[in-house]
This record gives sequence, structure tokens and C-alpha cells, in this order.
Amino acid sequence: MAYKLTVNGKSQTVDVPGEMPLLWVLRDVLNMKGTKFGCGIGACGACTVHVGNKAVRACQTPISTVNAEVKTIEGLSADGSHPLQKAWLEVDVPQCGYCQAGQLMSAAALLASKPKPTDSDIAAAMSGNVCRCGTYLRIREAIHLAANGRKS
Amino acid sequence: MKNMKTKQLDRRSFIKVSALAGGGMLIAFYTENGLLAQQRGPAPAPTPINPNTYIKVLPDNTFTIVSKNPETGQGIRNSLPMIIADEFDVDWKQVKIEQADRDDKYGRDMGAPTVGQIEGGSTATPQNYQPMRNVGATARAMMVAAAAKQWNVPASEVTTGSGIVTHTPTKRTATYASLAQTALAMPVPELSSVKLKDPKDFKIIGKPTPGVDNFAIVTGKPSFSIDVNPPGMLHAVYEKCPVFGGKAVSANLDEIKKLPGVKHAFIVPASPDPTPAPAGAPPAPNVRWASGVAIVADNWWLANNARKSLKPVWDEGPVASQSSAGYLAQAKQLSSTQASQTPAGGTPRSAKEGDAEAAFKTAAKIVEAEYAFPLLSHAPLEPQNSTAHYKDGKLEIWSPSQIPQIANAAVPAGIQNSDVTFHLVRAGGGFGRRLVSEYDIEVSKIARLVTDERAKQGLPSVPVKLLWTREDDIHHDNYRPAGFHYFKAGLDASGKLIAFRDYVASHGTTSVIPANEFPRGFVANFWVSEGQITPYGIPTGALRAPSTNGVSFVMQSFIDEIAVEAGKDPLQYRLDLLANPLVPAPPASPNSFGAPFNAQRAIGVLEAVRDMSGWKNRDKLPKGTGLGTAFQFAHSGYVAYVVEAAVTADKKLKVNKAWAAIDIGSQIVNPSEAVNLVQGGFIEAMSHMMAWEITIDRGRVVQNNFSQYQPTRMSQAPPSIEVKFLKTDFTPTGLGEPSLPPAVPAISNAIFAATGIRIRSLPLGSQGYRWT
Repeated sequence: MAYKLTVNGKSQTVDVPGEMPLLWVLRDVLNMKGTKFGCGIGACGACTVHVGNKAVRACQTPISTVNAEVKTIEGLSADGSHPLQKAWLEVDVPQCGYCQAGQLMSAAALLASKPKPTDSDIAAAMSGNVCRCGTYLRIREAIHLAANGRKS
Repeated sequence: MKNMKTKQLDRRSFIKVSALAGGGMLIAFYTENGLLAQQRGPAPAPTPINPNTYIKVLPDNTFTIVSKNPETGQGIRNSLPMIIADEFDVDWKQVKIEQADRDDKYGRDMGAPTVGQIEGGSTATPQNYQPMRNVGATARAMMVAAAAKQWNVPASEVTTGSGIVTHTPTKRTATYASLAQTALAMPVPELSSVKLKDPKDFKIIGKPTPGVDNFAIVTGKPSFSIDVNPPGMLHAVYEKCPVFGGKAVSANLDEIKKLPGVKHAFIVPASPDPTPAPAGAPPAPNVRWASGVAIVADNWWLANNARKSLKPVWDEGPVASQSSAGYLAQAKQLSSTQASQTPAGGTPRSAKEGDAEAAFKTAAKIVEAEYAFPLLSHAPLEPQNSTAHYKDGKLEIWSPSQIPQIANAAVPAGIQNSDVTFHLVRAGGGFGRRLVSEYDIEVSKIARLVTDERAKQGLPSVPVKLLWTREDDIHHDNYRPAGFHYFKAGLDASGKLIAFRDYVASHGTTSVIPANEFPRGFVANFWVSEGQITPYGIPTGALRAPSTNGVSFVMQSFIDEIAVEAGKDPLQYRLDLLANPLVPAPPASPNSFGAPFNAQRAIGVLEAVRDMSGWKNRDKLPKGTGLGTAFQFAHSGYVAYVVEAAVTADKKLKVNKAWAAIDIGSQIVNPSEAVNLVQGGFIEAMSHMMAWEITIDRGRVVQNNFSQYQPTRMSQAPPSIEVKFLKTDFTPTGLGEPSLPPAVPAISNAIFAATGIRIRSLPLGSQGYRWT
């Protein structure tokens, strides 16, 4: 069945089963590889994208339920100019880097609703995103840097 | 190639210089790392030269440096090129990194147990630090010589910096690029004449340098193996028997093939048993694969969705009668007799010094304890995957392997090594999981079968990506071996440790027997032996810091118990033991890679972490809060932790703070990555502590996904993990592994300090503990 959706401001039509998760529509149909597969059950956050400004797990979002604009890591900014991307670069957050697209999308949703988050706001908003390499201290530092221009 | 010349620099290194099309030059090196040189023995280095490291000097005076090792998040794409760039004396911003493919030139030959392209064992820095310095410095010397010739001045009047040569007296300058033609026409310098930088003049080595792939990562550019997407690619899933060693007998393939998007479905028979290598030859490559059912479809979700309708019939085989409960029962039974059944081979698996039994009889105090740690899965965040294209008798493969020379993709495809092109792609975490890359073997087999089926239908070949689910990854790992330790210690009236006994119920050759661990060498009567749990059908392998990742927990926790029983400060008790070796240590060689345990370095990190953490004021902490310590010698490095933990009456645990003191020699190549790795090692240890456990029921893994195998989360991460590197006179060694092991006992010893409850088995989650 054909579904219309807007991804990063661009209109797209995809002909896929309605239960196909947004994650696989993005990765295998629209060929946008930035959003990652980690667990397939919404337990790791690697596939976090925004649907209508809310952070959702794309692996748990059937395409038939997508009723608002989708934003992915590719749409956060292509040139790395989003304050969170700049902070991630300055703090040198990544180790393997696989989770970081999802981390950035969760952090972007957090800052959109709470421009000056506390450590406990960050813990609450980011605990659905696993970093297997354990870069949490730097993620926290980078979110503070993006929010306040300071690292903590 | 025009202007090409080759020169032998020393017995193990060569240089080849050639012009680049469009201007500029290529300076290529063959350098053999120390371990390979040792393994090769007297054999000459290969000719003709097949360079394995190179610098391209481009006409715009920028430089491309090849990075040969697999990148899984340890930062090697930064650190090895940083070493070259610093000695070459260019600016880091002038450098671009190029990932090398797998090539036999990096190792002796296929199937060699130790190879030149490996992410494992924290070996890259110690093996490559000196060769990479030589590479950069030799290339710099060529630029200096070219400028001196061009200007007809003595080389001693010429300096370099930022890829520019300057004649100091006249202030004349020339870029490296402009000197390329002159350099090409000149003799290559003798390595013995090449001067390395004084480390105080390093401009890149030792400076925090962000990851070279960070921009691609934060903007979502395809960077990982899972992102590989050659034109026309199909997507595969591969269902294997949930019981280890089980085989696929049949499946409803006709039904599966009718499902939406499914293009191929077939049973892959198990690999034939490998033929043993002839005497004296290198071990046969690991080319075993498990039988299973492959489904290949237009996209991965369709392939995986079809899997829900799959009705495979398995021959589960003999492992189906085994379980974790059975292994534990056998361990207990073995411990009651302490029958020794030490298998041959591998690291020392038993040790007996003095007479522990006799000493126990004279001891003023006996301390006994049983310890256990479970099987662990690696769970890197990027599930296992690999992409292959079999076409016209050749195979092209894109893989996240940590050790591409080992998993021989040629064999399952039925071709020769020389017909395989193997691209190494950034991996979303390794942790040792990708030291076994059976997914490369599986995808090669599947790609061959897909091409063969399509040929029969008159269709062209296509690439195939195999992607495992998270469940596949947890169910089909090579697990960190479990351990069952039965300890006994004897103390004299002063609290001094006079006898130490560890009986280990082990399984297979990968089980860890701490026969050479501290306190060996510091206690007069020391006895470690093992008994084998058998049969044991679970595949085991290396997880980050193999051996010490489990053994540090049991040894450093039991030492802590002994100190407490002796009525001593646990940190000082360790220092006192270390200060009194049975035989005085010989003078330490500055070459620390692979060197034996050096008590002075262990004392150094323990004293440093004591002073950083305010250890002496630990009695002033509030009730329910305590400091714990542990140290470990692992992979040539020395790490000591102090952890502050708070525990409530209902077993809610919080790590308030951690301090690490680390000695990995004279130079940290990239301090930013180094601190990140240590903090990450600590965070991983928290996963080991609280929630990670693989259990076996009827020969299959019980846990399915992260919901039953919870990694540490942001809310549990301590506010601070303070890291201090001690700068010592030893050669630099690796850091990927050493930071993890002692973090586990430091936390469990802090729990004891906070509560008086001794943690003797892991994980804590199965004992009622939760993170706050």
C-alpha cells in the first residue's frame, strides 16, 4: 500500500505493508542509513527519530501510524551546525558511534521541551538510549554545553 | 611506475617511493610489527615489497595516511595515523585517513593465529608505536634532504613544521608537495640516520584529538558495516538451531518462498569438520559455520517477517541435555573432591608453590569463600552483519570484523583467498565479539548459493547483506567463560597471608585459571588447580580483557576479604603484600609489552588512586556509603580504582564516584580517547555487576534481548569517573582492555564497605539489588 510521509521536509511516497516499521522504511526503502537498528523491541534507542517533534522508536512505529512530519539525524542538520552536533564534536563524545544518532535525536527532543535541562532531566530523557561503549558522561557534558554554552 | 625506487631500511622494514599521477608522491613502507617479526623468526621479509603503510603527499600539500587496523570504537583510525603525522611534522588538519582493506601483506598468511590487522588484546599501540614513528620520521628526513639539495644548504640548517620546510638562516620555505619531484630523484635515507622527535616536541601525539569519523557520525552519514549498500543488494536473515551444535533438517521452504518480497529460501548444511593442519604448518583457518535456514528478500524487514512463518525441523544434538543448573551442580561436586583434571595447552592452568595444605594447619586464621561469575554475551550495539557479492568466481565482502585474516570467506564460497576482496568497515562496537566473524562465513556461503540459484534462473548475481537480529546475537555468541572458584586462605597471628588456595571448576580451554595472578609470588604457599565440567557444549571466547574480566572480580574480592579478616586497611594490605615479594624482582626492562607483572607499577597506581580519592578519610562517609578498591595487571597495563558506593537497606545501589589511576607507560597517544575508553570500561563493568548473565536451559540461551540483558543506562552513570595517567619510563601499551577488570571488584568491595555484605557472585540483579 502507498503511504505518504514527509521526512526532513521532503515529501515521500512509499509502497510497503502498513505494519512495516518506520526504521526499515527509512533504511531500506528511502536509503537513509543514519537511523540505526539495535534491538528491534524499543529497548535501546538506536533508532530514535522525531515524529511531529516527539522522540519515538522507529523500530516500534508502523508506517501506517506515522501521521506527522518525520525528522531523522540527517535532518538535524546536514552540515553539523545544530548546537547538539557542535557540542558532540567539541566534547568528542563517540567511541564506536553507533548509538549517537539516536542519542542526538533524544537530546534534541529534550532541549526542545526543556532548553536548560538539569542532570536529572537528562537522566530521565536519555535513559532509553543505550551506549554500549559507555560515553554517558560525555553525552551529559555535551547536552549541557549545547544548552548553556558550558560543559556542566 | 615512473621514478619508483625501493630501499631496505633495516632487516624488517622497507620503503618504496613513487610519483602520484597528477603530481605529488607516495611514500610507502613495509614495516613489520614486533610480534610478527618474532613469529617469523629468521625468514626474510617478503620481496617484492608490498607496502602496508603509506603517506600520500598531494599537490595541495595535504596528506593521506592509511589506517590498517579495524576500527570498532577504540580510536585506532586516530592514534596510528597521529603517530605518523607527528613524526612527519605535518598538521593534523592537513591529514586525511584512508581505511585499508584486509590484505595478507599485514600478516604472514591466511589463518595465522596472530596477524597484522587486529583489534584485540590491546596490542595495536605497543606493536605499532615505534614502527609508525619510524615511518613518519623517515618521510620527514626525505623532505629535509630534498630541500637541502634544492637550496644547496646543509640539512642541519633546515627545519620543518606544518608540512613546510624552512631554511632558518634565509627564511626560505618550501612545501612538502613542492619538494616531491626532488625527493623522488634522491636516495632514500638510512633508517639509522633518521632522527626521531624528542617527545617534548610532539605536536599531535599526546594532544586530545577528536575522532576522525565524528562528523560523519553526528550527521548520520553511512559509516558502519550495516550501512553498506551496493546496487541491487538483497537482504538475508539466517536462522540457526537454538541449541548449540544443532542442525537444520528441513523447513517449509516452499511456503516461505511465496511470502511477500522473498526471493530465496534454502537450508545451509553445516561445514565439514576442518582438516587438521600438517605438523609444523600454521593452524587451519577458522572456517566452520553452523547449519541453518537462509531467507533472502527485497528488504531486511520482509526477510525477517517471513522468518515468523518459518517452521524449521532441527536435529538438536547432544547439547540439548545441558543447563546452567547442571554446570553449577557439577562445579559443586568437583569442589567437594577438588579432583584435578588439568587439560594440556594454553596459559598456565595450575601452580603449586610451597605447601598450602601444611600451612593451613599452622594458620591462626582460615578464610574460605566460594565465588562465581556467569557466562556473558558481548552485545555490541550494531548487530552482527556482513555484505558479500559472489560473481564470476570472485567474492567481494564488506565486514566489521576485528580480525579479518581469521574468518576465511573464501572457503565457504568455494574459491581461493586471492579471489576475495575484503573491505574493512567501521564496526558499531567490538569488545571481542567480532574476533569471531562467523557472519562473514555465513554471508559468503549465502551469497554463493544466491548467485548460483539466480544463474539457473538466468538472472545476474547480486550482493547480499546478512543481518542478525539482536536475539540472534545474544543466542549465538562466543560467551565470556563462567567461573566457579573455591578459595581458602591462611593467615598468621599478625594477619599476614601465609597460604592461598584456589580450586576452579572450569570448562574448556578458554576458562580462566588464575595460576599466574597476584598474590602468586607474594605468598609462600600458593596453590591453584582446576577440575573440568564436562560435557560443556557452549562456545566461549574473548570478551574485553579476556581472563582478567572475571578473574579480577574473584581475586581482588577475596584479597579484600582476607584484608578485612586480618583487621587491616584493604588498600594498605595490598601495598604490604606487593612490597614483599618472595624473591626480589629483577631490574625491569623499559619494554613493557608482554613483560611480567611489575609490583612497583602496581604499587604506583594503588598509591596514586589512594591519594586522589581521599581514601584515608573513608571512615567519615555517611552510613550506607563506602569506598572500595581493587587493582589489576592486564594486557601489560596497571589500573587501580577506588569507588564510592551507596547502598540502601532495600539494596538500591548507586555509584557516587569513581577514581582510576593508570600506568600504561610513557605516552598516551590520544588523551581524549584514552579517558573515554577508561570511563567506558567502568560503565561496562557496571553492566557486568548488575544485570549481565547468560543462562543455559536445554542447551539454549534463556535471554533474548536487552530487556533481559540490561546494559548500564545514563541514569546509573556516576557524576564523575576521574582518570589519572601516571607517566612512567616504560614503552606505551594499550588501553582498550585494562580499564575494565578491576572496576568490578572495586564496586563490590565498596558495597562491602557500605554494608558489610560480601558480594561473592554476579550479577547483583539476581540477588535483589537494583540501581537507585
